[in-house]
Amino acid sequence: MALTSDPLELTIAEARDALKAKAISARELAEAHVRAIDGARVLNAFITETPDRALSSAADSDARIMRGEARALEGIPIAIKDLFCTKGVRTTAASRILDGFVPTYESTVTQNLWNAGAVLLGKTNLDEFAMGSSNETSYFGPAINPWRARRKNDDLVPGGSSGGSATAVAARLALAAIGTDTGGSIRQPAAMTGTVGLKPTYGRCSRWGIVAYASSLDQAGPMTRTVKDAAIMLRAMASVDPKDSTSVDAPVPDYEKELESGLSGLRVGIPKEYRVEGAPPEIEALWEKGAEWLKAQGAQLIEVSLPHTKYALAAYYVVAPAEASSNLARYDGVRYGYRAPETDELLELYEKTRAEGFGREVRRRIMIGTYVLSAGYYDAYYLQAQKVRTLIARDFSQAFESCDALLTPATPCPAFALGAKTADPVSMYLNDVFTVTVNLAGLPGLSVPAGLSTEGLPLGLQVIGKAFDEATVLKIGRAIERAAHFSHAPQPWWKMR
Amino acid sequence: MSVDEDTVKRIAKLARLALDEGQAAAMKDELNALIAWVEQLQEVNVEGIPPMTSVVAQRLKMRDDEVTDGGYPDDLMKNAPLSEKHFFVVPKVVE
Repeated sequence: MALTSDPLELTIAEARDALKAKAISARELAEAHVRAIDGARVLNAFITETPDRALSSAADSDARIMRGEARALEGIPIAIKDLFCTKGVRTTAASRILDGFVPTYESTVTQNLWNAGAVLLGKTNLDEFAMGSSNETSYFGPAINPWRARRKNDDLVPGGSSGGSATAVAARLALAAIGTDTGGSIRQPAAMTGTVGLKPTYGRCSRWGIVAYASSLDQAGPMTRTVKDAAIMLRAMASVDPKDSTSVDAPVPDYEKELESGLSGLRVGIPKEYRVEGAPPEIEALWEKGAEWLKAQGAQLIEVSLPHTKYALAAYYVVAPAEASSNLARYDGVRYGYRAPETDELLELYEKTRAEGFGREVRRRIMIGTYVLSAGYYDAYYLQAQKVRTLIARDFSQAFESCDALLTPATPCPAFALGAKTADPVSMYLNDVFTVTVNLAGLPGLSVPAGLSTEGLPLGLQVIGKAFDEATVLKIGRAIERAAHFSHAPQPWWKMR
Repeated sequence: MSVDEDTVKRIAKLARLALDEGQAAAMKDELNALIAWVEQLQEVNVEGIPPMTSVVAQRLKMRDDEVTDGGYPDDLMKNAPLSEKHFFVVPKVVE
């Protein structure tokens, strides 16, 4: 059997079959991706490329396939957000402060992926410490969205913080990428690049070895071109881990198996508070269309209320910076990473190292986090925000008494121009208005490409599920995918330069 | 509530971030804009509502109190900006 299609256009499921049938070798698949990455540097999707490792892992995979010992992701070339510690491969968190840092250990999620046979292509660009919604806070410069508006040549952001991962998947530089999602950092860039992004339930994947941003919200997840591929990836990533006490010992189902089982009997809630004033009408129109698609496939639609939704972003911007200010206290210029030169006093060494090593948005969040945790303000801000968070989580549990999952838009707008929102932090934060509630409540959320804006840019819909019910979320996502027939891909303008 | 420049400098000290005069003024405005925005949380009635401590209903796991890791000082020192033998080197702290 010979491969008839472009190896870069394969889904993971198709590549798996082609490798098994020996229609393509893992080495050929890796080489095709290494070449594609080579020809797409203008997108700045990767901070570190690992072509040699990719080719040698692929050779190992081929040997295993020959022996009949292929594992779940044998020979599948993927990209990893540069927030995961990878043994022997530079890890930056897109920050100057980790200058020269080469981990001597491997994160649990990436170890699970290598144990399943996946092949590392490189480490992808992101907002510094995952703090951002456009990939523009990266010390290594922004990643560029492979999509452009119709008849326009302006560079657009891919969203963030997992912007490089989204770019890599959308531009066919990797079959899948791994991201992390603290307030929308997988789902928002997925929506803005026409890809599928899944934030699993808090605790589904181990956080061990992931550079920490806000530990009670951070969760790793897959970014792929199909819902089925997201299902395949999640199964390989998820595990209970003694090194992360918040990882949960719950069975990891075969998500792929349940994908096509249909929606009959499922009740899907439409939260009325997700209609926001000033959002483009095309967002709401797509949402309505999505609801009709689910109804046509047998789901029952129910209007539900999540009354505290409007406070979610403000609660997030107290809780997340508070946790970040604590997590980022470890960067001191002593044990690893950047160290300010010519300091002759220890306190000065700390202060200069941190001032020079952290970018502007990170410094701002450390400051606001330190402020809301400081004596005299803790109750007014931090404690209040954590109580509001309880109310937001309760909203969801109450909604789930009458439905099995929720359908919402993924983002309030399509991809925007570089620099369009950098001057006003709050306008940037509003990008996460539909995704952030899910992190505050620890629930699974999936963004699925569902249509194009009037300018020809991808738009996504979000499915939110009950804790640890990724299976239902993926099944509904698959139903949207089936109805939307989203077969659009960006025009590869970067190849023509 | 809003912060003045002295508060900004105090917070920067707590956060171990060097801040010059110009940066302190700019940071004051940025922080005040954010504080004014999160102020909306005060209008939520939270009477009797406990603060969130864990999003997943799970009992904290216990394990035996024994050493399960360690014994690789070379690895730990590998990324140090400045070290000597197995020590991190910092500016002199005690005269």
